[in-house]
Amino acid sequence: MTEQLDAGVVARQIKESDVLGGPGGGREVGRARRRKEDARLVTGRSQWTDNIQLPGMLYVAFLRSPMAHARITRVDTSVARTQPGVVAVFSGQDFAAEQGSLPCAWPVSEDIVIPDHPPMAVSEVRYVGEAVACVVATDRYKAADALDAIEIDYEPLDAVTDMTAALDEGSPKVHEAGNKAFTWTFAQGDIEAAFRDAAVRVERTFVQQRLIPSAMEPRAVVAQTDGDAFTLHSATQIPHILRVMLALTTGIPEHKLRVVAPDVGGGFGSKLQVTAEEVLCLLITRRLGKPVKWTESRSEGNLTVHHGRDQLQRISVAADADGRIRGVKVDLLADMGAYLMLVTPGVPLLGAFMYSGIYKMDAYDFTCTGVFTTKMPTDAYRGAGRPEATFAIERIVDELAAELGMDPIELRRRNWIQHTEFPYTTVCGLTYDSGNYEAATERALALFGYDKLRAEQADRREREDPVQLGIGVSTYTEMCGLAPSRVLGSLSYGAGGWEHASVRVLPTGKVEVVTGTSPHGQGHETAWSQIVADALGVPFEDVAVLHGDTSSSHKGMDTYGSRSLVVGGVAVVQACEKVKEKAKQVAAHLMEASPDDVEFTRGEFRVRGTGTSRTIQEIALATFAAHDLPDGFEPRLDADATFDPDNFSFPHGTHLCAVEVDTETGATRIRSYVAVDDVGNVVNPLIVEGQVHGGIAQGIAQALFEEAVHDADGNLLTTTMADYLLPSAADLPAYTTDRTETPATTNPLGVKGVGEAGTIASTPAVVNAVVDALRPYGVRDVPMPCTPERVWRALGQARTPQSTDGGLS
Amino acid sequence: MIPASFDYVRASSLDEALETLSEHGEEAKVLAGGQSLLPLLRLRLAYPGTLVDLGRVEELRGVADRGDHVLIGAMTTHYEVATSPVVREHCPLVALATATVADPAVRHRGTFGGSLAHADPAGDLPAVARALDMEFVARSPEGERVIPAADFFLDYLETALDPGEILTGIRVPKLGPGWGFHYEKFHRTAQAWAIVGVAAAVRRSGGAVEEARVALTNMGPVPVRATGVEQAVRGADLGANGALRAAAERADEDADPPSDLHARPDYRRHLARVLTHRALVAAAGAA
Ligand SMILES: Cc1cc2nc3c(=O)[nH]c(=O)nc-3n(C[C@H](O)[C@H](O)[C@H](O)COP(=O)(O)OP(=O)(O)OC[C@H]3O[C@@H](n4cnc5c(N)ncnc54)[C@H](O)[C@@H]3O)c2cc1C
Repeated sequence: MTEQLDAGVVARQIKESDVLGGPGGGREVGRARRRKEDARLVTGRSQWTDNIQLPGMLYVAFLRSPMAHARITRVDTSVARTQPGVVAVFSGQDFAAEQGSLPCAWPVSEDIVIPDHPPMAVSEVRYVGEAVACVVATDRYKAADALDAIEIDYEPLDAVTDMTAALDEGSPKVHEAGNKAFTWTFAQGDIEAAFRDAAVRVERTFVQQRLIPSAMEPRAVVAQTDGDAFTLHSATQIPHILRVMLALTTGIPEHKLRVVAPDVGGGFGSKLQVTAEEVLCLLITRRLGKPVKWTESRSEGNLTVHHGRDQLQRISVAADADGRIRGVKVDLLADMGAYLMLVTPGVPLLGAFMYSGIYKMDAYDFTCTGVFTTKMPTDAYRGAGRPEATFAIERIVDELAAELGMDPIELRRRNWIQHTEFPYTTVCGLTYDSGNYEAATERALALFGYDKLRAEQADRREREDPVQLGIGVSTYTEMCGLAPSRVLGSLSYGAGGWEHASVRVLPTGKVEVVTGTSPHGQGHETAWSQIVADALGVPFEDVAVLHGDTSSSHKGMDTYGSRSLVVGGVAVVQACEKVKEKAKQVAAHLMEASPDDVEFTRGEFRVRGTGTSRTIQEIALATFAAHDLPDGFEPRLDADATFDPDNFSFPHGTHLCAVEVDTETGATRIRSYVAVDDVGNVVNPLIVEGQVHGGIAQGIAQALFEEAVHDADGNLLTTTMADYLLPSAADLPAYTTDRTETPATTNPLGVKGVGEAGTIASTPAVVNAVVDALRPYGVRDVPMPCTPERVWRALGQARTPQSTDGGLS
Repeated sequence: MIPASFDYVRASSLDEALETLSEHGEEAKVLAGGQSLLPLLRLRLAYPGTLVDLGRVEELRGVADRGDHVLIGAMTTHYEVATSPVVREHCPLVALATATVADPAVRHRGTFGGSLAHADPAGDLPAVARALDMEFVARSPEGERVIPAADFFLDYLETALDPGEILTGIRVPKLGPGWGFHYEKFHRTAQAWAIVGVAAAVRRSGGAVEEARVALTNMGPVPVRATGVEQAVRGADLGANGALRAAAERADEDADPPSDLHARPDYRRHLARVLTHRALVAAAGAA
């Protein structure tokens, strides 16, 4: 272990002194700063979209389809219009001429079917919850009451909720063109040969259940107009992309539309969307000339926030008798739901390149078919495509280990990329720049007490203890820092992946940073301040970070895909470099020296070898006064930078999970959980720790708790939190976390991104542990979420293989 | 979701509450802690015209030692019940079960009487009421009557209370010395309702079970008294391997378990047997 740790990697845990002590060596980056935005956020001295009150504001309530699939045959809003407080009632027909189609920015194939997606259904509904009409009233209660008075007749059409059934010849059609949206394939190497020559082949089918993103803040929209210009406040992750898309969709010229994401309470991808409600609120405000507000209720949100995952994965692996992996084959069905939303079809593609994980192999073959069903559309959800891929490869590697009778860690060792082999181009064609899987794994094994737990497991098996112990391994990597624009272009995505920053030094030496990223819980105000404090030598407290308003932050690609620090943070560094260059010109001029003789340390410009110096604050004031500047120098201490990365970044790590499974009740309890992540250099360990904790919780939630369930008619049965189970702190274990740090070589900060790591890593670790506990009983898989009932049925089926009574759909 | 509009009356005495109820007839509903009623209103599953809030009716609140029984006022919160020294000393099963209800926030608002009047078969207290043979004291303008637990729960969310009647208190008989208690709750998250729950009281003498009371949560539209188990376990030798388990096999005899997202009936039946065994072991051990 020491040897591997010596290879340029240090294991680190947060120390008290990181939080409380003075900046070590004067550096801010690396300090566990408490987040400067938190005082505002946790005391409620903040503005959420729903807090916005405007004079004359009206409130919108949407009537939603109770049918998964039906023709709208009659709409009568006349009674609703006469209800108290009602100002207007609209149905799809009223917007038909102007509402356009909600955009899909990722047409993944030439022949992809992108159906028309009216924000408000006009003649046909295709999922329960689709907006069919709305009431605009003087308060939200009157608006809600009047919904009951709208009459709509439906002619029911057949629903189809199952992807496999949807592809059958005789299936009801979601759209005229059929239920197949696209097929996308990717292949490298000779897969036939890899499988033909292999000693062992293992195939499994995994179900990625449908998940409902549950951000703490529900979605909310406020739209207003002063005549020809419009402002839209929205609880969104993507104010910049939203502005462009809304301009294209509604015809409101881009320069007449301002989009603001005020403080936003979480998103996890669910607010990476151009929603029907955003478009409709703009149209309503345009009609009525009055400001309008809509805030969803939790149950409305469960129905209509875009859903996540919902894939059926058939994966096979071929290996030699000694465990060397030869090839991996993946055949994927991805449930699109009823329409293609912003990046719906792209989600499985984000996983397509990650099915080889951290392993070397000769060949890879991937096919994905996007399928329409009469359900809420799916789209990005924390990890988007990569959790699915990581789950499948990490699960099947454990299955392969069982098949070979080999320890799952040993099997991984035989196959993973050695730390001496970086940069390494994988079978999927990605070049992993750096990593050290040996170091992270050794550290995790030590913290976990792997050998001791294996001994306990053997003992419980021996004793036939009704409570069995299972150990799950996940040595994940992910693809972060979305994304090199050229790569996005080659995958037919509709935009680039750069990020923008502006840095301006104010006359008194304080600094404003305008970022194109759009934080909604990630702590950019703190991390960006730390970066700027180091780059310009100003105090952490002297930096303000502005974001989320297209009128002040004119350019950006927003926040998702663990991209903000890796792309947006680098733009901040580059803008600071430019500012520093300018300041140096002024400093040299004022000190009557050549810029070449001026050096900059910790906020001070000094003429080399003399005692003469100027602080950056002095330079700021001198630049503001502009009395004595170099000839031709533009009197400004500000700069913009747009950074477009050359490559993705590849955080990795080793997560180990021990579970106790009660074989009598089927209940699973997580006994211990160790996460050693390598996210490259760390700007703020406290923020990293927070992201890892939240991420693991969300991944465990998929493994054990959450599932969106529909009945055969397409009704969502999990509309409330009594039915859609989110775990709380009481249901989750304490995590042991640690890090190894292998800096990224592809950006000047050496950072890799951490927003999705925990979620991606933890789901397979937990399910591997559950299956490991049950393996002596003949159980080879438990579908997610591994509920007590599912575990019990899996045990029952394994004991009596011919029984057909078990197995949840 | 947003509830439909309703009138709201805050009663300051039991008489005023009863009067308001009779004025408004079937249109009116009593509001206690609101932890079950308000969700129903918000989901627009109930449309009462008037809510009569009992929150300020002090006479309905508190715990009193009445010699052979403990009287718990209907408006006593779960938190107050679970932490009451009187309840803990004389009816520990009530304290144990109440402490498993939902989460601290709900326990500070939800009430003992509200839980029982709501009669949700997934609620933890109805089974305890059946196991302990509690008595329900109800008042109407006509006067007071006492309803035994066996007659109180009629169907899913339905009790023997008349629309104009208010549950004022619940008498919990003291079982006396020699009893051990356990409430075994099986749920998927800490805050969730029981998939199955088992309330057990066991009186042992020496190494054998003298007498037991067992009732089940969420194994039918009303709480189920597992009389088969009670009979089978009588005299069971605690030293004998499997005696309690054999008795527990009869747990689901009289059950009619529901099917929902968290469990189908065959699994609930299985759970009832396993959990009854565990509850018996724990209750007998604690005696
Ligand atoms: C998130 C959550 C989780 C929960 N989990 C659990 C759980 O695990 N276990 C559990 O047992 N419960 C649980 N509950 C329910 C909780 O125990 C409630 O407190 C209880 O069901 C109702 O009590 P209440 O005082 O809030 O009654 P209310 O909601 O005010 O009233 C409920 C019903 O009883 C009637 N009522 C109330 N008081 C009287 C009275 N004195 N006389 C006549 N009628 C009356 C009302 O008219 C209404 O119909 C949960 C609730 C929530 C919100």
